[in-house]
Amino acid sequence: MNSNDVNQKIGKLLIYVTLIFMAFVSLLPLYWVFSTSLQLPSYQNETMEEPINYVESAPPKLYPVGIKEYIHQWQEREAAEDSGDKEDAAYHDEKMDEVITKTFEGFVVLFERTKILKWLFNSLYISILTTLAIVLIDTMSGYVLAKKNFPGKKIIFWAIISTMMIPEQVTLVPTFMMVQELQLFNTHWALIFPSLALAFGVFLMRQFLLAIPNELIEAAKIDGASEWKIFWTIIVPLAKPAMAVLGIFTFVLMWNSFLWPIIVLNDENLLTLPAGLKTLQDANLASFKLLMTGATVAAIPMIVFFLLFQRYFVKGLSMGGVKQ
Amino acid sequence: MGIKPALKTDFDPKPVKKQSRMKVLLIQINKNKVAYLFLMPKLIFFALFMLIPIVWSFVLSFQEFNIMGSTWVGIENYVDAFQSKVFRISLWNTLLYTIITVPAFVLTALLIATLVQPLGKLSQSFFRAAFYLPTVTSMVIIAMVWRWMYNYKFGLFNYIVGLLGMDPVNWLGQSDTALLSLMIMSILIPPGSGIIIYLAAMNEIDQTLYEAAKIDGANTFQRWWRITVPMLKPTTLYLFILSTIGSFQVFTQIIMMTGGGPGNATETIVHVIYKTAFRDFKFGLASAQSVILFFIIMIFAIFQYRTLRSDHH
Repeated sequence: MNSNDVNQKIGKLLIYVTLIFMAFVSLLPLYWVFSTSLQLPSYQNETMEEPINYVESAPPKLYPVGIKEYIHQWQEREAAEDSGDKEDAAYHDEKMDEVITKTFEGFVVLFERTKILKWLFNSLYISILTTLAIVLIDTMSGYVLAKKNFPGKKIIFWAIISTMMIPEQVTLVPTFMMVQELQLFNTHWALIFPSLALAFGVFLMRQFLLAIPNELIEAAKIDGASEWKIFWTIIVPLAKPAMAVLGIFTFVLMWNSFLWPIIVLNDENLLTLPAGLKTLQDANLASFKLLMTGATVAAIPMIVFFLLFQRYFVKGLSMGGVKQ
Repeated sequence: MGIKPALKTDFDPKPVKKQSRMKVLLIQINKNKVAYLFLMPKLIFFALFMLIPIVWSFVLSFQEFNIMGSTWVGIENYVDAFQSKVFRISLWNTLLYTIITVPAFVLTALLIATLVQPLGKLSQSFFRAAFYLPTVTSMVIIAMVWRWMYNYKFGLFNYIVGLLGMDPVNWLGQSDTALLSLMIMSILIPPGSGIIIYLAAMNEIDQTLYEAAKIDGANTFQRWWRITVPMLKPTTLYLFILSTIGSFQVFTQIIMMTGGGPGNATETIVHVIYKTAFRDFKFGLASAQSVILFFIIMIFAIFQYRTLRSDHH
């Protein structure tokens, strides 16, 4: 019995060690983005002969050197102040400022010389607008397809559903031609409108709303409520969990969309974040520090979004998987 | 509702029946105006940006596109596609990439989910977040940082390789390691969605099965292999199909990290489609390539469905 307990404890420990190692591998690239974005690009302290570029150093610095250097300069300043050497203290004070400036230099350069804030704004409003539109439109059609009987219902449902597995790349060229035909090229509508054709939301909302009892709708009808009112006062409140899941997945899809934006947008001011990051890398002028700074700015909103809505992500993914 | 008695009082069944069927239909449509109105927005966008493009895609693939007017060329685009060395290489690369990375994706997801599932709630949600975060992060960002980590002189990878006492590798810069590097990257990015889907499916398994097996003297591994894995088969199938479709679309890593090179070593189908359409403006040829991609994905999905379903029995 006792050795069994020990075995179990060792087993559990092994599981934890394995998982922590895997989580470490998983998060390492993200850590490396942040670390590089805060690395000192060129720095010289009192003991060095010439400035060192810690971003491009071999072996690589595994953490932002500025942290260590700042503490070092701070200690030196304290020591100088204690011994009354004012000149030396001022020197170290200056060095402390330099460390801070150089650590965050990437962000200043990025915000001043590139359109990243514009891209951030574009990504944000396009993703939000599309999400709202999809959730509304798909809830409306999902409701009708779940709860109404009318000629053509089956054909419409199957026509939409059968496109669910077709990857966007298959229709890339004709959708592009359609966008040009409608004079939407190089506008944000070119990103928003085609997304509204996606089938997933209709499927999700219909499946979810099938479970809603008909009596609720009938009762409201008897009370003389209009269809529009029934939709807003009965269907929408009941559909909220599914709407949240759909909204969250749509937002992520739009936020991370890459191939389509680089095809239909060519004005620098109109780009979304992923497309903008590509131009940053293509320009070849940007250092790795600057590229990673851009990546940081692009990554943080999604990380915050994920941490806020984690349970909806889990719920949404589970809905898809278990039901199959 | 009012139409039913009218139907019954008709004398001459044949011609009138036809007419009244039309009438029934029209009345039904009229009665359900609201339903059509509710569907209208979706249908408009669906028609414009999904239905028409799908049909158009097939039509285009038999045409040579020209701004002044396209001409029919029969199957010439398909012949050209398969005769192009670059396209054949891209087919092979994408296939190889899929064959290696998809099983790795599913297997890693199953293993991690198995390890995470018995843990407490707090640990579970910590690990779920740790493994899912890279999945929600834009692939553009992931590709940028991996390109940096694969850097020959200053990259993290050659540092680790150096620690292991080996010579630095020019990961993305030479044709015999470039595709391999992209596959390593794909395998080391944790299968976040797969883990969460497996976890949800594991929690659905009937616990009495495990208790019965325990009484029969089955050990932990046997219980996993004889109960968990078979019970998860539908989920495994789902993940296989989903990640295969995803893997055939590999593009962002290519354009951000290698541009299909060196040579054509990392050329993939979607990257070739992208170049054919939007660099060379050969819309007909690009459509033919897209249609080929579509059928490859279909065949793979059906094949996986068949095999995984059939050995269920």
